[in-house]
Amino acid sequence: MSRDDLSTERDVSAMSTVSNTTFTERPPDGPVTLTDSGSVSPSVISRWNPRELLLTMLFLAPAVAGLGAFVIFPLFQAVYLATMGSDILGNPTRFVGLQHFAELLTPDFGAVLLRTAGFTLIVVVAGVVLPMALAVPLSQRLPGMRVFRTLFTLPFAYSASAASVVWLLMLNPAMSPVNWLLQLAGVSAPGWTTDSGWALVTVAGVTVWMVSGFNLLVLAAGLAGLDEQVLEAARIDGATGVRNFTSIVLPMISPSLFFVIVTTTLTALQSLGQPQVMTDGGPNGATSTLVYSIFNQAFHNNNSNYGLASAQGLVLLIVGVLLAAVQFGVIERRVHYR
Amino acid sequence: MSRLNRPGPATSAFTYIWLVVAAVVLLFPVLLTALGGFLPSIDLLRQPPNLLGHYTVASYVGALQQTVVPLLPAFGNSLFVGLVIMIAHLVTSCLAAYALVFLRTPLRTPLFWLFLATIMVPYEAIVVPNALFVRSLGIGDSRFALVLPFLANGFGVFLLRQAFRQFPSELRDAATIDGCGHFRFLFTILLPGCRPAIAALAVWSFLQGWNMYFWPLIISSTNNSLNTLQTAVFALRSNDSADPGLLLAGITITLLPTLLLVLFGQRWLVRGFTAGAVK
Repeated sequence: MSRDDLSTERDVSAMSTVSNTTFTERPPDGPVTLTDSGSVSPSVISRWNPRELLLTMLFLAPAVAGLGAFVIFPLFQAVYLATMGSDILGNPTRFVGLQHFAELLTPDFGAVLLRTAGFTLIVVVAGVVLPMALAVPLSQRLPGMRVFRTLFTLPFAYSASAASVVWLLMLNPAMSPVNWLLQLAGVSAPGWTTDSGWALVTVAGVTVWMVSGFNLLVLAAGLAGLDEQVLEAARIDGATGVRNFTSIVLPMISPSLFFVIVTTTLTALQSLGQPQVMTDGGPNGATSTLVYSIFNQAFHNNNSNYGLASAQGLVLLIVGVLLAAVQFGVIERRVHYR
Repeated sequence: MSRLNRPGPATSAFTYIWLVVAAVVLLFPVLLTALGGFLPSIDLLRQPPNLLGHYTVASYVGALQQTVVPLLPAFGNSLFVGLVIMIAHLVTSCLAAYALVFLRTPLRTPLFWLFLATIMVPYEAIVVPNALFVRSLGIGDSRFALVLPFLANGFGVFLLRQAFRQFPSELRDAATIDGCGHFRFLFTILLPGCRPAIAALAVWSFLQGWNMYFWPLIISSTNNSLNTLQTAVFALRSNDSADPGLLLAGITITLLPTLLLVLFGQRWLVRGFTAGAVK
């Protein structure tokens, strides 16, 4: 096999068959050392060959530098900043010790955490159940299902600010088609974004709408990859309807389901655009979630309270890592990978 | 539920009714976005809005001509952010993933865990130190301030590492025996062979950059000329004089590239993610 064969032949599967046949004719211990070393010379010599070490460092340098400077170093910087207060000019130069951490123990911040938990819970539950309720019927062999599926993924294109502004118009009393529908049904519409009892639900609902497109895409792909033989066997064994769904389909698409739950949790936890654009954290702080609070303390109205915002950022970090640990430790054990 | 037997007529009818109802509810905002930009406020400010009203392009002309929040420079900034982040993610992730999979590194495992750990860090947790750092660099008035913290990405490294590992090792051996060096192998064999994952990362990174909101909001707060379309839409909406048609025209401009990517790039996204991240 010549070099040109390799560089022109692009289909991986075709190439692997070709090279497989080449390799079966070789003595079993011949090419083994070649796998690891960069050159044809015996592996002992090239084990830590300086040229390859240099190349390795060169290849890793951009990613390590970027992540080191803007993800890892800022973590330590955040701990340092959390002990600093801002002076009159807004520069974080005044040492305040643990004062900002003490401020995290107040009922106000407890309310922020509670709101964040409620918001995340609504978004994850509804943001997974709704796409599932669409993906399952869409997986049937019926005409038009492809068109429907493509249409339902469209909200995925919306950014946080675009979705928020469109939904503000959708709920604007002067034109709201939602309110109009409710009026037809004889229900008077609530103040979606102005009533503090409704604002968090409204903002969460818009987030559910935003994530539904991507989640549908992933769940539909999971359902499309189901093993026909297992479904057939289940059908012969008499599994139908709900039983078939909970005992057969759900376990089989559990990798997709798990992926969707993890990504939706993170999206919900990190939402800024929706509460900031739609309600600006209000009314009366009703939509002031953890990330909104970080934005508000550090950057809103020149507040420049970088210390408290950094301390709240560390809380977000801990919450995020804990959630990931719980999800990977508890839920993933029940995920069935083929 | 099974896809094997075609559902009976009753099930089919129920399926279609449910899907149509869901489509009307979920897609009305999309319809409003697409049509609203072509409608004057007398048609929009009614309950319900009259989507079959007096079509006009006045809102688009108005959105592009208004000088309160100029949209064309914002479009340029968004394109810059999306493309630079996409290219940077591709380059940094390809190189790092290649080193992790094909080069002997004494630190291979700890480095991989380090990359993985950075995925777990919510960006909002470190946005304050990053903002202070970028401001202290004195580049707060340059477009590079919009992209600097996002040039490398742990998820990109992870995605491509998974793809590279699935690359048949026989091919690697064959290339090595034929005297194919690392660069040649990477660019002529490995990358073309891993196109689905590369395409998925490209689409994902562009969407991330284009739709980013928190960071450009901070950067543009001190310099309006650094507005991206996302922050421009918010600024337009904060401006009391903006009428709904103008807002929807602006949003449609914001959505154009992402809508195209979602319509035509979703196949790659799903293939790339399901191969790498899900399984």
